[in-house]
Amino acid sequence: MSFNEQKRIINHPILENVVSEIIHFYFEGKKYEAKRGEMLSSALIANGIEIFSYHQRDNSPQGIFCANGQCAQCTVLVNGIAVKSCMTSVERGMIVEPLVGAPSLPEDNKIIKVIKTPEIKVDVLIIGAGPSGLQAALTLADYGAKVLLIDDKDRLGGKLLLQTHKFFGSVKDSFAGTRGIEIAALLEKQINLKPNIEVWLSSPAISVFSDKYVGVLKEEKYVLIKPKKLLVATGAREKMLAFPGNTLPGVYGAGAFQTLVNRDLIKSSDKIFIVGGGNVGIIAGYHAIQAGIEVIGLVEALPKCGAYKVHEDKLRRLGVPIYTSHTIVAAHGGDHVDSVTIGKIDENFKLIKGTERTFKVDTILIAIGLDPVDEFYIKAKESEMEVWAAGDAHEIAEASSAMFSGKIRGMEIAISLGLTEETVPVEWIEKSNVLKSKPGLVIKREKPHVFEEIYPVIHCNQEIPCNPCISVCPNDLIVIPKGGLLGLPEYHKQDAVECIGCAKCVAICPGLAITLVDYREDSNNPKVTIPTEIFEQRVEEGEEILVVDKEENDLGTYKVVRTRILGNFPKTQLVTIQLPKEIATEAISFKKEQTEKITPIELYEGVIPDEAIICRCERVTAKEIRVLIKEGVRDANEIKALTRAGMGACGAKTCTALIDRIFREEGVSRDEYTSFTLRPLFMEVPLKHFLCSNEEDE
Amino acid sequence: MSRNYDVIIIGAGSIGVPIALALAQKGVEVGVIEELSSVGQGQNKKAIGGIRATHTAPAKIRLCSRSIEIFSTWKEKYGDDIEWFSGGYVFVAYTEELEKLMKDNLVIQREAELNISWVDKDRIVELVPGIAEEGLRGGTYSPEDGNASPLLSINAFYRKSKEYGVKYLFNESVIEIRLENNKVSKVITTKNEYETRCIVNAAGANAKEIGALVGLELPIFPDSHESGISEPVKKFIEPLVVDLRQGRGTSNFYFYQNAEGKFILCLTPDPIIPGKDERDTSVFLPQVAERIVLLIPKTKHLKMRRTWRGLYPMTPDGSPIVGKVKDIDGYINAVGLCGQGYMLGPGLGELIARIVTNDLSENDNSILEEFSLYRDFGSVEKLK
Repeated sequence: MSFNEQKRIINHPILENVVSEIIHFYFEGKKYEAKRGEMLSSALIANGIEIFSYHQRDNSPQGIFCANGQCAQCTVLVNGIAVKSCMTSVERGMIVEPLVGAPSLPEDNKIIKVIKTPEIKVDVLIIGAGPSGLQAALTLADYGAKVLLIDDKDRLGGKLLLQTHKFFGSVKDSFAGTRGIEIAALLEKQINLKPNIEVWLSSPAISVFSDKYVGVLKEEKYVLIKPKKLLVATGAREKMLAFPGNTLPGVYGAGAFQTLVNRDLIKSSDKIFIVGGGNVGIIAGYHAIQAGIEVIGLVEALPKCGAYKVHEDKLRRLGVPIYTSHTIVAAHGGDHVDSVTIGKIDENFKLIKGTERTFKVDTILIAIGLDPVDEFYIKAKESEMEVWAAGDAHEIAEASSAMFSGKIRGMEIAISLGLTEETVPVEWIEKSNVLKSKPGLVIKREKPHVFEEIYPVIHCNQEIPCNPCISVCPNDLIVIPKGGLLGLPEYHKQDAVECIGCAKCVAICPGLAITLVDYREDSNNPKVTIPTEIFEQRVEEGEEILVVDKEENDLGTYKVVRTRILGNFPKTQLVTIQLPKEIATEAISFKKEQTEKITPIELYEGVIPDEAIICRCERVTAKEIRVLIKEGVRDANEIKALTRAGMGACGAKTCTALIDRIFREEGVSRDEYTSFTLRPLFMEVPLKHFLCSNEEDE
Repeated sequence: MSRNYDVIIIGAGSIGVPIALALAQKGVEVGVIEELSSVGQGQNKKAIGGIRATHTAPAKIRLCSRSIEIFSTWKEKYGDDIEWFSGGYVFVAYTEELEKLMKDNLVIQREAELNISWVDKDRIVELVPGIAEEGLRGGTYSPEDGNASPLLSINAFYRKSKEYGVKYLFNESVIEIRLENNKVSKVITTKNEYETRCIVNAAGANAKEIGALVGLELPIFPDSHESGISEPVKKFIEPLVVDLRQGRGTSNFYFYQNAEGKFILCLTPDPIIPGKDERDTSVFLPQVAERIVLLIPKTKHLKMRRTWRGLYPMTPDGSPIVGKVKDIDGYINAVGLCGQGYMLGPGLGELIARIVTNDLSENDNSILEEFSLYRDFGSVEKLK
């Protein structure tokens, strides 16, 4: 397959596809093309290879799962050595083979030199260079602290690198209105200007020890770091769901999907189904559509989606069916997902029989929430180190809140180092709390009753921490009357100053929920300006588009009279149409064509949830675990001894929460059973890395 | 809630569980008190799983020979797979001194009719493919020794013992052992009181503290050993390999490849780390990497998965303390196993059962004499 025929996103409304060099590699003896330096897992998927290996225990097909170096499901053999394909850059001539059964150790009998592990002392070690870690490093650097910032990826930014959407939150403190990827670039620039921040990329922490050392693999060489202060900013991992078919290639987390699509520009799928209606799931759906991937539907177990209303509305307006009070029943397929069955659930989350529906899809995204990656924090606490946690590692919240939490932790650490006499400003703590706020009630807005001049119509009707429209207005005409960051913004015309129609508020709104209505030329047929950032909807003047209101009701087809893109907002197209004044303030978006009605294919019945895999690494089913709990087992370690659940390569990162859930389902409360004993290492590490010698030097 | 038991065993680990099984199979009513939440959560799960009869102390040889019979026939007898594998033990000699030590021991071991012999370098290379050949002089090989999964075997023993009616009392710690006229009468725990005429101290690393409850001073001094397990790789080494050379900060090093192909590695820190702190430190990983990669260079590509630290409840001479004690009727020690509890457990379980039911053989009596609390602790076992 030539590069151009691969499953790659060539045109994306936000992201640019930079191809520096095309190289060749081999998989199962066949030659394939890849982008130099991209992750092997992405190169494989781009070439249509979804099955990387077969599980040693039951030969089940294995594909991408976390895309984040946390599990080991994407393991393949590279030049004879088993590696995680999501953490291995593809190189010229690489020989890649699927792993079938246990790997053989390569016959490399060369004796290598052993060097004493280097030990390094630092003021502050920050593990994780995502939104909170970066902000903490910058804050600490401002107070003159010497900071070592490490990250397991090869770029700064953490999950910001996956976020192509504009951020909510506050413009002043957390870059609201700017896209995640742009924030990462801004912060990276600032970090590089600070001489007292040392950055180690591709350097995962592998353990925090009781003697207060942190073991780090600095580009594959083991180093022990003794920090005076430790900040754990390791982010979150995705929660998994147990359902039949849950380990089929094609079932993975929304974060993994965003990694493939937004970071690596891989068109991983044609048709996806999303499980979970929080911000993560809803935004993943939006990202999919931007990448030209069809979203067949989204299920949310609760009667209402937890996502910000504006995000949800954006997805609904794009014609994505959102099934609330529904759950996934099963994923189907021989060696890859080919369909999904969903069903309605009652108020006790029990499936209502007969409501199951099955859709053809090739990918199922699990976006049911996040768990903090807090193992290092807990371990450091036990070891009596001076440790803080920031961002998701501390508390799951939006990235805007993570940045603020990083700032606060940074200042707290600076205080503890005696670098400042100041205290953390009360406003910071207040703001950080506001940024963590769950979305508030949906409030009905009054319809504008003025049919003259020009003004923005602000459609958002749910209180969320967000204010870019207020900051961007050159005449300060948009305000939150009740003050703070949480209230609904309103347009307040003042006597001397009025809206100049700059449309910046339209372009900046992360929810695409502001339009500009202009009655000045024709008060009966005002011009309405609508933002769009979906690539396939980029429209031309004179084109006819189907205009919709907030609830996705069709308002009729109208001709585009003008399109433009503002200098500071290059990825948002502003589309102007002329509408009858009765509907001018209702219009919020448009569709280019009527979305085909998506219909279920056939009914699946009688699925046994007991067959769901709980421990992916060791292929342990829900039934095996449930039987033991029913027998009276009250120690997860006993379950581990008997079934091997939790003994696998990932270190029980996925199954722990699922086993907790089975205990709950069996009526065993948290204080009635013992959890897994956690041990180093955080990930599998080749022994040679601990020897610190450089083979090439010999 | 109070209950009567014929025998109360303190500790549901490598020793307590086989004792409970052996007693229950003789019809004795047994309660096992364990402070943790399930079986084998103390030192049993820290054991790497090596099982050998090739010791130099005659009593250990006899008990472990019996243990091997039990481990090796378990699956056939009861059906559970405990991953017994008769891969043998190999002690490798890279120095003249170690060669001499091993050859001296062979005399005692052959006298005890053990199947162990000195093999040359070529045979060692055959048994341990990929071993570093420089300086290798040969070693001993005992093909009947082997290994099994400590986790699976203790659970198999546990489940079998429950079928015979053993009661396990988890999440309870013994706080008092009450005597009446120097006879055991009651065990008081954090939750309950139990009446019994007989208790067995099988408390492993905590045995000293349990002994103190009846005024005994047990010479048990736990120290730490550290272990790790790798990813599974295709099996290419069958025996458990022991390398007694000194390393940087380490003395004995041993490992084997288990049924799944995972390497299980263990080392003895040098100097020893006394005490009961089982928290991992930053020291172990570079040490164990150095030991295994220098011994089998191709393991440099092997991925380490998990590490842990376990305790060897050591006695001054490296042999256990087993049997009744003077002046306290109904108290039995099964303590001070010196890191060999897992391999001694099944044989020792049957011996303790015979003490309780008074069917000791002459052979048993000589074992008990060797393991007596009142022996001279001055002579040291050579392969402890």
